[in-house]
Amino acid sequence: MSDVVIRVENLCKEYHLGIISHGTLRRDFQSGWAKFRGKEDPNTKIDLIHNGGVNTNDRFLALNDISFDVKQGEIVGIIGRNGAGKSTLLKIISRVTAPTKGTIKIKGRVASLLEVGTGFHPELTGRENIFLNGAILGMHTCDLEQKFDEIVKFAEIHKFIDTPVKRYSSGMYVRLAFAVAAHLDPEILIVDEVLAVGDLPFQKKCLGKMREVSQEEGRTVIFVSHNMDAIRNLCTRAMLLHEGKVLMDGSTDETIGKYLVDKMGCIGERIWPDVNIAPGDKVVRVHAARVLDQQGNVCKSFDVRDPIVIELEYQVLEEGHHLHVHFSFIKEGYTLFVSKDNLDSPWRDTVYPTGCYRATCHIPGDFLNEGEVSVYLAITTVGMVNVGHASIEELLIFDINDRMDPNGVRGNYPLTWVRQGVRPRLHWHVEKI
Amino acid sequence: MTSIDDDSDWTMVIRSRKGWFDIDVSELWRYRDLIVLFVRRDFVAYYKQTILGPLWFLLQPLLSTIVFTVIFSRIANIPTDGLPPFLFYMAGIVPWTYFASCLTQTSSTFITNAGIFGKVYFPRIVVPVSVVITNLLTFAIQFGLFLVFLLYFYLQGSIIHPNVWILLVPVLLFQMAALGLGMGILISSMTTKYRDLTYALGFGVQLWMYATPIVYPLSQIPAKWQWLIALNPMTAIIETFRYAFLGSGAIQPWVLGVSFAMTILILAIGIVLFSRVEKTFMDTI
Repeated sequence: MSDVVIRVENLCKEYHLGIISHGTLRRDFQSGWAKFRGKEDPNTKIDLIHNGGVNTNDRFLALNDISFDVKQGEIVGIIGRNGAGKSTLLKIISRVTAPTKGTIKIKGRVASLLEVGTGFHPELTGRENIFLNGAILGMHTCDLEQKFDEIVKFAEIHKFIDTPVKRYSSGMYVRLAFAVAAHLDPEILIVDEVLAVGDLPFQKKCLGKMREVSQEEGRTVIFVSHNMDAIRNLCTRAMLLHEGKVLMDGSTDETIGKYLVDKMGCIGERIWPDVNIAPGDKVVRVHAARVLDQQGNVCKSFDVRDPIVIELEYQVLEEGHHLHVHFSFIKEGYTLFVSKDNLDSPWRDTVYPTGCYRATCHIPGDFLNEGEVSVYLAITTVGMVNVGHASIEELLIFDINDRMDPNGVRGNYPLTWVRQGVRPRLHWHVEKI
Repeated sequence: MTSIDDDSDWTMVIRSRKGWFDIDVSELWRYRDLIVLFVRRDFVAYYKQTILGPLWFLLQPLLSTIVFTVIFSRIANIPTDGLPPFLFYMAGIVPWTYFASCLTQTSSTFITNAGIFGKVYFPRIVVPVSVVITNLLTFAIQFGLFLVFLLYFYLQGSIIHPNVWILLVPVLLFQMAALGLGMGILISSMTTKYRDLTYALGFGVQLWMYATPIVYPLSQIPAKWQWLIALNPMTAIIETFRYAFLGSGAIQPWVLGVSFAMTILILAIGIVLFSRVEKTFMDTI
């Protein structure tokens, strides 16, 4: 067991949501003075006092009691949907922020690549930045001099080495950044989704380099990615994080399988029980959102022929606004289309009285193409000036399948439909003339 | 399994922020190459894409001195202890500039570096320390300019007496660096929570300058108020600096002692607060 290089024990990270302090020195002094005299804090909200003084709602556990070991030479892939805690975990391992509870014990030097070109100074040349970036990652100048040629060769930027990096393309930037980090000879290399920027051959080269440092030099790599192929190709072990917990930790294929089969990447329903901290402002608060099938059940995965219902419940807290609910349907970063609630609404061109509302959007079957679609929500007041009340990225995420079925749209066509967000079934007429 | 539970087996143990005194000086030494590179970067980036380039380092104190000479000496007729006004003001401005730029530049450490601090770890104190060193280089250039004028006035026959107190200059420099760094990191730690301090600082530094005998000699202050002005640690530094090179001033050794003690105290508070904030400020900024 002596080859354990990272030991994470009962790690927790808590974030405070909303207001971090009272915001001004005066009110902090006021609160502190009241506490000092043993009186009630004049700035505490009334409901907090009645709940025993501790508000648990404005705290959010990004990591909830995580424990695991990583052995030397392992390449561990970390997967999970956005907000599962992957980045928080990497930030704590790279010491960017401190944990709330628990410990991480590490053997050896850690180099982390959380973002492309961290610490690059745009005015300085590639050469100067290699030294600066190396030093930021904890390397000495003399070691860097030895590695210099190797780094330049790997990054493929010989010609531009004395050009300020502000004139580099994003591809050159990421190549240089990865080259510096990978040549640091760290015992532990941490890579977070940065390779998405580079072109395909370079991505392959980076994956190859990571495999090489791990297998030949016995170094440990922790790799976060949404790209399941990269994880599958590279990692010897994968860990699935979900809502701050380790849901699964095991062989790469099994873990990825679990992630894909359970549609962990999808969000079928979201509910904000407490109106005070729900997304929104003093006018509107979102209460719940769901993806439903024809029977009204929450569903994450649809056949391409099935109609889909998107439902949003919200509460209007202030009267007198012309509210509009917008859904944008987004696939692979591109917006497919936008739809707005009140063209058919009885509330069109009237102001909303206070109360709870439900907006339902019906997407016909045979309309969206296969793949994962996310819903972006915006609630606005449209008038002389547009006022945004709430906006939520990835409000819901659902998946559409197009199975091979002789009676289906696809028929027996075996390939994927590339770059086609919508594939509506339109009325066609074909005749021989 | 038992051997693993011993912390000494591990190179590093990351845990939650606990005590107040969690400072690792040896780490700063390990990152000395980074300090050197930061200093070079800041020094070079300062005058890149400017027309006059490094000349700016000389123009700043020169122009300030001329303005002060015209306004405070010619127009306001404030006495200068019988010294040539030009030298008198320059002897105040050069060290004050060093202190003030250390203070203002380190005070924004967390906010200006939030981007890089959020992505990679290195001891955060590296940034303010390299700022202080960068400014030391600027000071050296400006100090050279001061020496040139000193020599010129000396040869012209002005009544100035450089004396043995000059030996104290390195101590004064250290003290200004420590005070500027201490105040700066103290403020930078607090600005992660209270942004208003950033706005107050520029004004505060200006007021502080007028509370320090730069445009007037200490001897002009009525005796019963001297103690008050001695509470300002910069008073002793500026007055001693001026006395060492020009041979005129009203400095008492005990005031210098108080100033030194206050400097160390402020630096200590600054470091403690800074090291406490640096671990979690990314969550609040």
